Amino acid sequence: MAISKEEIIKLADLARIEIPEKEVESLAEEMDSILDYVKTIQDFHSDDTQPKDEVKERLGVINIMREDENPSESGNYTDDVLREFPNKENGYLKVKKIL
Amino acid sequence: MKNLTIKQARELLDKKEISTKELAEGCLENIEAKNKELNVFLEVYDDVLKNAEDAQKVIDAGSAKELTGIPLAIKDNILIKGKKASSASKILENYRAIYTATAVQKLLDQNAVFLGRTNMDEFAMGSSTENSAFGVTKNPLDPARVSGGSSGGSAASVAGNMALGALGSDTGGSVREPASFCGMVGLKPTYGSVSRYGLMAMGSSLDVIGPITKTVSDSEILFNAIKGKDKMDSTSIEIERLKDSKIEKLKIGVPYHILDGDGIDTDTKKNIEESVKKLKDLGYEIQDISLPNIDKSLAVYYIVMPAEVSSNLARFDGIKYGLSVEGQNLLEVYKKSRGEGFGKEARRRIILGTYILSAGYYDSYYGKAMQARKKIGEEFKDAFLKVDAILTPTTPFPAWKIGEKKTPLENYLADVFTVAANIVGCPAISLPFGTTQIDGKDLPLGIQLMASHGQESTIFEIGKKLLGE
Repeated sequence: MAISKEEIIKLADLARIEIPEKEVESLAEEMDSILDYVKTIQDFHSDDTQPKDEVKERLGVINIMREDENPSESGNYTDDVLREFPNKENGYLKVKKIL
Repeated sequence: MKNLTIKQARELLDKKEISTKELAEGCLENIEAKNKELNVFLEVYDDVLKNAEDAQKVIDAGSAKELTGIPLAIKDNILIKGKKASSASKILENYRAIYTATAVQKLLDQNAVFLGRTNMDEFAMGSSTENSAFGVTKNPLDPARVSGGSSGGSAASVAGNMALGALGSDTGGSVREPASFCGMVGLKPTYGSVSRYGLMAMGSSLDVIGPITKTVSDSEILFNAIKGKDKMDSTSIEIERLKDSKIEKLKIGVPYHILDGDGIDTDTKKNIEESVKKLKDLGYEIQDISLPNIDKSLAVYYIVMPAEVSSNLARFDGIKYGLSVEGQNLLEVYKKSRGEGFGKEARRRIILGTYILSAGYYDSYYGKAMQARKKIGEEFKDAFLKVDAILTPTTPFPAWKIGEKKTPLENYLADVFTVAANIVGCPAISLPFGTTQIDGKDLPLGIQLMASHGQESTIFEIGKKLLGE
């Protein structure tokens, strides 16, 4: 089950990561060896017969709810958050045009 | 400073035999002397002495708490408002936290003194700090070797007498393994017992903040200070100490079958025998137990963790904070910022997680892993009906030489004994026990004790007895 270079490029693209051309091959090899190890999980046979999409339910994952209210006073963190923006203008976050 | 514990320092401070300033200065002197060579701290804070003096006022006013004036180190992925926190990554190299982690706040409330932030594997991904964007942390006991990881700087800071205790984070062994490599005590608390608010997320269903200390008593002091339910982390829980059980009647299970696996050092196996002997001498009953699917833990971990990593690290995109690299359009900004900002291991795990979660592979990896995770959890639950604690080595081998492990998979195998506790969420502690001689040097070994959810008290009691505290 070797991963092709094209697959690596596609995955990197999906993950929004630019990868140097020369790294694609070594990455494919490393992914192969890791996947080769973790695929041993496919030998695991659950005695559970329920379909897999109920995994969450069976793991007892529950939602924890809270009132929908402001956790802190408005403006408390504004200056600190603004300070970290790489690009800003007049107190707004500046991004490249999207459409 | 040498071998000074938090408990001893507390007594000295309370008796006014030393001042908080002298204590902090002692740490700073050791940092000054060793940090250049060992690369333990990425930054030493400029307000250490001021905070130490504030703590002294609290002591002088007679309001000292257990950690007032105690100098601590903090892993670089835990936030203190206004201070840099980079997760040892280029993508956050100049990031300043805009809020304080709950665990840290609890320590600040006691006027503990934070010395600086410690080196780690980038975003806590690794077992040696060799994945730090800012260079490896050398082991204070043998600078040719790694200090372990990912909380390698935290472990080395305590082992090198540069701090009396440190906070780390443990997703698959990142507190216990470096503690073991540096001859320290490392605790991975019960999942949720310590708030994750202000800890940079790696694998959210696995992550927990834990202390690295010289003794089990110190570990208990720090754990008691940072634990507790927190409204800022909906997965956090309150754990209550169950009634004191009769300690001498405690049963310890040893899953001997896992020691038959490949790649486990002979000395590591022998060391378990030694620890079993000692525990028997102390009056504990030892039982051979079976955890039939524990050998799947590492595979489960290296599926679930990268899946969560690929989601959690999506937030670093060069837009809101951190490194932002200019590009022709928005997509290029994302790709360049992430490509240049993340190191090799972070990129590898994000891409691995993306693969594992993609349509067509989801069921055969993530789905299977979640089934196995549940099964392993049930097996642990059954085991804890029969025994009070489970004993294993912390790692299959001691600290390796810097650069010795070449492939990612070789590194991952170091986690074989530690990941299970993260997968099931139970508490686990690594205790320094025994040594192994390599190249004429004695290297520390660690043993791991796990207990049922919320039963930190059990492993503290056994640990204290075993280490003669």
